[in-house]
Amino acid sequence: MNAFSDSLALAAQLITHADATLWRIVGLSLRVSATACALGALLGLLAGAWLAVVRFRGQGAVVGALNTLLALPSVVVGLIVYLLLSRSGPLGSWGILFTPTAMVIAQSILVVPLIGALSRQVVADALREGGDQLQAMGARPLLAAALLLIHERRAVLTVLLTAFGRAVAEVGAVMIVGGNIDGVTRVMTTAIALETSKGDLPLALALGLVLLGVVALVNVAVALAQPRQGAVVGGLS
Amino acid sequence: MTALVSLMDASVRFGAVQALRPLDLVLHRGDRLALVGANGSGKTTLLRLLNGQLAPCTGQRTLSSQGNPLVSAMLFQRPFLLNLSVRRNLQLALWLAGVPAAERAARVPLALSRVGLQALADRPARSLSGGQQQRLALARAWGVRPDILFLDEPTASLDPSAKREVETLIEEFAHDGMTLVMSSHNLGQVKRLASRVVHLDAGRLVVDLPTDQFFNHDALPPEAAQFLKGELPWT
Repeated sequence: MNAFSDSLALAAQLITHADATLWRIVGLSLRVSATACALGALLGLLAGAWLAVVRFRGQGAVVGALNTLLALPSVVVGLIVYLLLSRSGPLGSWGILFTPTAMVIAQSILVVPLIGALSRQVVADALREGGDQLQAMGARPLLAAALLLIHERRAVLTVLLTAFGRAVAEVGAVMIVGGNIDGVTRVMTTAIALETSKGDLPLALALGLVLLGVVALVNVAVALAQPRQGAVVGGLS
Repeated sequence: MTALVSLMDASVRFGAVQALRPLDLVLHRGDRLALVGANGSGKTTLLRLLNGQLAPCTGQRTLSSQGNPLVSAMLFQRPFLLNLSVRRNLQLALWLAGVPAAERAARVPLALSRVGLQALADRPARSLSGGQQQRLALARAWGVRPDILFLDEPTASLDPSAKREVETLIEEFAHDGMTLVMSSHNLGQVKRLASRVVHLDAGRLVVDLPTDQFFNHDALPPEAAQFLKGELPWT
């Protein structure tokens, strides 16, 4: 009981006192996850739109595989990226292991299937409603899919928020490829894991509350940025 | 009269379903052709075949080789409008039709004013009433300056006053020289708008007659006569 009240008080103190270490960790978390989501959106939206409009042999298997990857464990992603980027790995010469760039790569890999699978469903549903008409107006399949992503931008934004939530809250991949180096690759989730292992539960919980608060703020900002639904205009007279 | 689209022995099959049996049909410039028939008789399939959205499984579809390439537009029962403003929807339709940017800028206000929506140009298109949405769809069609306007039951989901508005616009477009091909269940509308009627039954073209003859013919084939009387085919 005390742990919760202590951590609430500590979280408030960390925020109100503008603790530099805390804000550095929060800033890095947001930068890494936002960049990973931007990269993931580029690939995931393209893949999702493409899979919604093309027809090819084995498409069902590809969609099934993509849906399966929704449950991709972040530690597995971390391990694969670690093996690729380690000195003896094929990309070891890049020298980016234990850097924020490696963390961005790992989180991007984590969110691409999520964005791809969900956006494919969004486009496929919209195609059923308007695909024929867009085709009749002259839109080729991929262009029609791109237009439908714009048409369904609120749903797409929700997909991207979900992806951001997954990226910013995961710990396994960033821990493995980032190494949780203080001041370099320490993000909120790895800091929470570290403080927990050190037995500093109030600080770990406080960081957890800050993490939740940050995600909530992002959600509120996105909700405020969305235009309100227009009022229905009266019928013809 | 100039033949714009000709179907020769053209048929369409969707898997095991024969949607259209082999038929011949010539669409002339200035025609106001109405396709009538029961649900599932092949009206929409024939519209899409004439518009080139479907390829014939047998036979062939040929386009007029005279003058510029044919431009067509299609209007659906429920127009699909993107979650954008009225103006953006119109601009997008013209862009998809390949209308150059300068020409688009000129045509958009004209098209909006043609259908009486200029005051609603900045409204979200999806917030318009059904009749207004169909008028926007007509503006999109009119804006591309089509030779042929295909209409798939364009007023089926509208209230009577919206129906009148849309019919009036269609009538005006036809008066301006646009060729019309429409499918409709509304025989009154067919009488008002069409100059020629094709009756389809189970994917088969039963008759192709001028409108007055179709409605006043004493010796229509039984399927068409039954349809006109509103009788069910199994009674």
